[in-house]
Amino acid sequence: MKRIISILIENKPGALARVVGLFHQRGYNIETLNVGPVFDGSFSRMTVTTRGSENDVEQITKQINKIIDVIKVSDLTEGDHHEYEFIMIKFKHSEKIQKILKSLNGKIHEKNNDAMVMSAWGSSSDIEAAIKSMGKVNLLEVARSGSIGLHEGEKVLKI
Amino acid sequence: MKLSGGDLLMRALKDEGVKFIFGYPGGAALHIYDSIFKQKAFEHILVRHEQGATHAADGYSRATGKPGVALVTSGPGATNAITGLATAFMDSIPLVVISGQVQSHLIGTDSFQETDMIGISRPIVKHSFIVQNTQDIPRIVQEAFHIATTGRPGPVVIDIPKDKTDPSQLFEYKRAKEISLRSYQPRVFPHPGQIKKASKKILSAERPVIYAGGGVILGNAHKELIALNKLLKAPVTNTLMGLGAYPAKDKYFMGMLGMHGTYQANMAMHNADVIIAIGARFDDRITNTPSMFAPNAKIVHIDVDPASISKIINADIPIVGQVKESLIALIKEIKRSKIKIDSEALDQWNMQISQWREKHGLDHDLYLSKIKSSMIAPQVVVQELYHATQGNAFVTSDVGQHQMFVAQYYHFNKPRRWINSGGLGTMGFGLPAAMGVKLAFPKQEVVCVTGEGSIQMCIQELSTCLQYNLPIKIININNEALGMVRQWQDMNYGGRHSASTYSDSLPDFVKLAQSYGHVGMKVTKQSQLKKTLEKAFAMKDRLVFIDVYVDPNEHVYPMLVAPNGSMQDMWIKKNTKA
Ligand SMILES: Cc1ncc(C[n+]2csc(CCOP(=O)(O)OP(=O)(O)O)c2C)c(N)n1
Ligand SMILES: [Mg+2]
Repeated sequence: MKRIISILIENKPGALARVVGLFHQRGYNIETLNVGPVFDGSFSRMTVTTRGSENDVEQITKQINKIIDVIKVSDLTEGDHHEYEFIMIKFKHSEKIQKILKSLNGKIHEKNNDAMVMSAWGSSSDIEAAIKSMGKVNLLEVARSGSIGLHEGEKVLKI
Repeated sequence: MKLSGGDLLMRALKDEGVKFIFGYPGGAALHIYDSIFKQKAFEHILVRHEQGATHAADGYSRATGKPGVALVTSGPGATNAITGLATAFMDSIPLVVISGQVQSHLIGTDSFQETDMIGISRPIVKHSFIVQNTQDIPRIVQEAFHIATTGRPGPVVIDIPKDKTDPSQLFEYKRAKEISLRSYQPRVFPHPGQIKKASKKILSAERPVIYAGGGVILGNAHKELIALNKLLKAPVTNTLMGLGAYPAKDKYFMGMLGMHGTYQANMAMHNADVIIAIGARFDDRITNTPSMFAPNAKIVHIDVDPASISKIINADIPIVGQVKESLIALIKEIKRSKIKIDSEALDQWNMQISQWREKHGLDHDLYLSKIKSSMIAPQVVVQELYHATQGNAFVTSDVGQHQMFVAQYYHFNKPRRWINSGGLGTMGFGLPAAMGVKLAFPKQEVVCVTGEGSIQMCIQELSTCLQYNLPIKIININNEALGMVRQWQDMNYGGRHSASTYSDSLPDFVKLAQSYGHVGMKVTKQSQLKKTLEKAFAMKDRLVFIDVYVDPNEHVYPMLVAPNGSMQDMWIKKNTKA
């Protein structure tokens, strides 16, 4: 099962590598990874998506929690949550692709004689489906942010 | 007064109460070494290989409970420290390892003796720091010691670029009154609700077993463990790392469990209805096949590290907290509880264990019966050692059959006396570890029981022992082979001894010890053993290397049957399953 793990971590050199390294050491795969500074900039928030059983995720969150720089860890998939992913795509003019992206909050950033750059966002499953349905022919380049997400309701990841 | 980075480091180490640093100099550490020369707070012990430095610091820590400190230079110095770091990490030993690093502006340029120490050590440290500003050194040292020694202990690396210890750059020394890290708050006290549940479950047990590991020793909770079992009267087993946590002479003690555990301890685990795991982590050397582990047992698991709980074996009642605090709470709850232990069931259970012990238990009088045979049994060497030291020595060990024989036949009644690399199984650990112990306890008997294979992995430390006058006793259980490897080859590979023997090329250990300035003795006959040991131990101020030739065909038993075995499936002697 797909899991979305949110991690609040000290924004310090090497901290990110400790988390990423740990997935590998403990035999888990990272499917997507997103990170950026939050609050006063002394924290970072990471979102990692991975696959695993209930037990796997319990073990991995416990292990992440042990990293000294990690402040909080939460498995968003454990409860109700919001989850989105942002993509940017460069493609040869294609009505089809334009239409698909439009349906995902699409925005045009660049348009020239033979290619376009557009962005879009949506749930990662919608994004996944969209990319699949675009076909390979006109697609030049895809960049994905990886999932980010928040708990629904009052639950927050904060010190 | 303003101080250089090197002097800040000295001051910070002094304020941590450091008494010994084990190290080896080199370019990137030279400013630090100059600061060491000028200080008097601690003694620097010059080892002969950085692996020795980390193991010596580790042995010091295991024996004293205080953090061990090692200092190495960049590049090869740092990489040589890796085995020792991994050894300490696997056994949760608090170490602070300081590594010199190339100058900051050279980092990343493949400069001379540059290694990414933070990167290389990342998976085998509890935490690591790289010094970016000289004035941070005191804070970093303080945090490093705090992290190494609290919660589940472990090694911490401090990597210091050479320019950060530049003697011409001076800074104020500031030490915080206390440290609080927002991202690190290890749990101390257990959850009272869990303690209540545990007490209920434990008191209504008919076949309880206490399974106590190294966490009891690291958490200084052996007194509480004894107090707990005054109430419970349950059979107790210790892991390899836990030996000494519960006194071996106690009537409820069943010996070690696991791969080479006693028959009664493994049988008791398999047939228990409640297992009380305390500071132990259900290592694969304990559980055998996890899906076949203790089929009828409910598990109460006390550990300071939540990640150890339900990792391998699901815990029915997890308790996260320091072992000592958790046991104190549990004892209190048990005393308050209206439920009383089921004495009748316990009597029956303890009787059953006695029967198992009689059936296949270890022969503790082996040394009496074998006295007349010519070949020395390795087990007998350990038994004679036990008698020669009245069971009071600090015993370090290496890895192999000899290590298991000590675990089985030297009865540890006190914690921190048995010092071995359990988790990583590092050959070469024993001698340097013994140096750390001897420095901490110069008046006590310190023995390194080793094998002719293992001792050669850090043999160079004999030179360190001469320099600092460390009269350790080394018992080399010489079976002229990588005995444990050969045992597996005998049992699983049709007796094909691939790369496990070298009898034609062994050094003359007596001469070797002598060339390092020590005393060497050789024993080949059973009849010489006792006398030689007595003679060696009478030489209080000399290191004596006792090379004991033993029966090379001896195997370690019991041994769990693997793969696809449970804890009740054991070989109890050659070609014989229980
Ligand atoms: C550094 C290292 N390399 C390899 C091993 C694998 N190993 C485990 S026991 C053993 C044999 C040890 O031989 P010796 O020290 O003579 O002990 P014996 O088993 O003969 O008592 C070996 C090679 C290890 N544990 N550590
Ligand atoms: Mg050997």
